[in-house]
Amino acid sequence: MFTEIFVHLGEGLLEAFQPLNMMMIFFGCLAGLFVGALPGLGSVNGVAILLPITFLVPPTSAIIFLAALYYGAMYGGAISSITLGIPGASTAVATVFDGRPMAQKGLADQALMAAAIASFLGGTVSIVLFTLFAPPLAKFALAFGPPEEFSLMILAFATFVGLGGDDIPKTIFSILIGLLLATIGLDIISGRPRLIFFDIPGFLHGINFLVLAIGIYGIGEMLWTLETTQGRVQIENVKITWKRFVTNLGQIKEYIGGATLGSFLGFFVGTLPAAGATPASLMSYGLTKTFSKDPESFGKGKPAGVAAPEAANNSASTGSMLPMITLGIPGSPTTAVLLGGMIIWGLRPGPLLFAEHPDFVWGLVGSMYIANFVTVVLNLALIPVFVKVLATPFTVLAPIIFTLCVVGGFAPTQDMHDVWLMLIFGVFGYLLRKLDYPVAPAVLAIVLGPLAESSLRQTLIAGQGSPAVFLERPIALTCFFFALLLVLYPVYQAFTRKSKKAEAAGA
Amino acid sequence: MTTKTAELSMAIFLLLASIALMFKSAELNIGWIPGRGPGAGMWPFYLSLGMALSCLAIMYRWYKRVTPESRNEDPFLSPETFPIVAITTGALIGLLVGIHIIGIYFSLALFIIFYVGYVGRHSWPLTLALAIGTPVFIFCLFEWALTTTLPKGLEMFEPIYYPIYNLIY
Repeated sequence: MFTEIFVHLGEGLLEAFQPLNMMMIFFGCLAGLFVGALPGLGSVNGVAILLPITFLVPPTSAIIFLAALYYGAMYGGAISSITLGIPGASTAVATVFDGRPMAQKGLADQALMAAAIASFLGGTVSIVLFTLFAPPLAKFALAFGPPEEFSLMILAFATFVGLGGDDIPKTIFSILIGLLLATIGLDIISGRPRLIFFDIPGFLHGINFLVLAIGIYGIGEMLWTLETTQGRVQIENVKITWKRFVTNLGQIKEYIGGATLGSFLGFFVGTLPAAGATPASLMSYGLTKTFSKDPESFGKGKPAGVAAPEAANNSASTGSMLPMITLGIPGSPTTAVLLGGMIIWGLRPGPLLFAEHPDFVWGLVGSMYIANFVTVVLNLALIPVFVKVLATPFTVLAPIIFTLCVVGGFAPTQDMHDVWLMLIFGVFGYLLRKLDYPVAPAVLAIVLGPLAESSLRQTLIAGQGSPAVFLERPIALTCFFFALLLVLYPVYQAFTRKSKKAEAAGA
Repeated sequence: MTTKTAELSMAIFLLLASIALMFKSAELNIGWIPGRGPGAGMWPFYLSLGMALSCLAIMYRWYKRVTPESRNEDPFLSPETFPIVAITTGALIGLLVGIHIIGIYFSLALFIIFYVGYVGRHSWPLTLALAIGTPVFIFCLFEWALTTTLPKGLEMFEPIYYPIYNLIY
C-alpha cells in the first residue's frame, strides 16, 4: 500500500515539475497571496473569479493553478490581518487577535514571519495526511452507489445545520434554494424543459454554478467590503532587516507546539463541509491559549497567537480537498467551486477519479508539496510589496474586480443573460447576507444539485418508488443516522440552554 | 427601513417566491409515473415546498423575536452605506446596458472612468491608464489567448475590430 502511494507520489511530483505546471504553481501562489492579502477577498473569491480564465490550459494545470491559489490565499490572509488589522479573509480573523497588537508594537515583521512559518508547517502536515488518507478513502468509496451518494450529500448538508452556527431555518432555505437553482433548465432524466421563467430562452441551458458563485463571492462580496471598510484603512509600518529576520527565526520554538497542534486539528475540521478553515483557526487559537502557560498574554501580541490559527487555516484548506477528491463532496465553498470546475473540464469527481485520472489527482498532490515551498519563499520575499499593494484604494481595486466578474460570468456560456443573473444574485446575496442568511450552503448546493437529484431519482426508480432502499444499505443508513444527529444537535443545545436558564431563574 | 422590517419583508418576499416556484414546478408531473419513476417536477416541487416552510419558520421566529435581526431597530441600509452601494449597483447596471449597445470594451472604459475618476476622485493619468489598460488586457486575454469572443454591442460597432482581427488571426 505504502510503496504504491510513494510510486504515485513520485509520478505526481514529476508531473508537477513540468515547466507549464511549475509556472502555474508560481502564478497561482502569487495570485493567491494577493487575493488573500486584499481585505474582503479570500480563496473562494479568487477561485470563483479566476476559474473561467483557466480554460486556457489543460485541466491538470488548471487545478494546480487554482489549488496553489487556494493555498496562497491562506498565507496571504495573515498579511492584512497583521498590517491593516482587517482580516484579509474570514479564515484569518483569529490572526488579528494577536497579529494587530504585535504590529502596533512595531513587531509586524515578527508576526508576519510567525504566520508564514506556521502556515508552512500547517501545509506540510496536512499534505502528508492527505497523501496517506486519500487513496484508502477513495478505495472505500468505490463501493458507493446512488443511495450512498445521496445520503452522503444529505450528511454534508446536515453539517451546515448542525455545525454551521447560523440561523437554522435560514441555513435550510439557503441549501434548498441552491438545489432548486440547479434544477432550472432541461430535466436530466426526461429531457423536458423545467422552470423556464417567463419563457426566457437563457434559462434553457440552466444556471451555471459560476454565475451564482461569482455573483455572491465577486459582486456581493465587493458590496459587502465597500460597506464595512468605507474605503478607510490604516496601515502599520513594517520594518524588515536581515538582522531582525535572523532573530525572528530563533523564536520558532516559542510557537511550534501550538502550530503543530493547530495543523492536525485544522486538517480534520477542514474535511467537514460546514466547518472549514475559519472555525478551525478559531478553535486552534482557543486551544493554544488554553494549554499555554500564560493565557493572559494572548490578545496582547503573542507570536503563538498568530502561529496557531495560521497553521490551522492552511491545514484546513488541504483538509477540505480530501472529501472533494475522494468522495466528490466539497469540504468548503472554495472546493465546491473547484468541483464545479472539474465538471466543466469533463472530469467526474469522486472515487473513480483515482482510477481513471491518476495523473490529474497525483499531479495535484505533487503540486501541493511544491506550492507549499514556493508560497513560503514568495511570502517572505514579497512582504514589502504586499504592504504597498494593500495601500491601493478600494475605488481602484473594485472596478478591476468587477471587470473580472463580468467577463468571468460571460465566458462559460457566452450569454449576457447569465451576466445579468450574476448581478441579480450578487445584489440579492448581499442583501440576504446582511440579514444573516448564510450563502455558502447555496453555493455548495448548486454544485451538488444535479448529482443529488439524479442519485435520488435513480434510487427511487430502483426501489420502485419506495425509499426503503436507503434503509437496506448500511453505509447510507449510517450517513442518515449521523445527519439526523447533526440536525438534532442544535435542538438539544437550545433545550439544555433553556433548562439551564430556568434553573438559574429558579435558584 | 429598519433591519427588523427588512427581515420580515424579505421572509414574505421569499415565501411568495417559493409558492410561485411550487406552482411553476407543478406545471410538470410532480407525482410518480408508473413504470417510469418520479416526474420531472417532483424534486423542484418538494424543494420549493421546503423553502416555503423555512420561510414560515423564519417569520415565526421574527414574531417571537428570536433572531437578532428581528429585534434590530437600526436602519437596514445606513446613510453611510446606501450611497456607495447604490452608486456601485447603478454603475454595474450601466456597464451591462452599455455592453449590449457599445460592446464590452468601450463600456468597460466608461465604467472605469466613472468609478476611478468620478467616484474615487483619482488623478486623470491613473484613471485613463486603467480605462485603456483594462479593456486592452481583457481583449488580449480573451479574444487572443482564449479565442473567446466577448460581446461587441450593436452590429455597427463590429467593423472597428476588423483591423485588430487581421492582425491577430
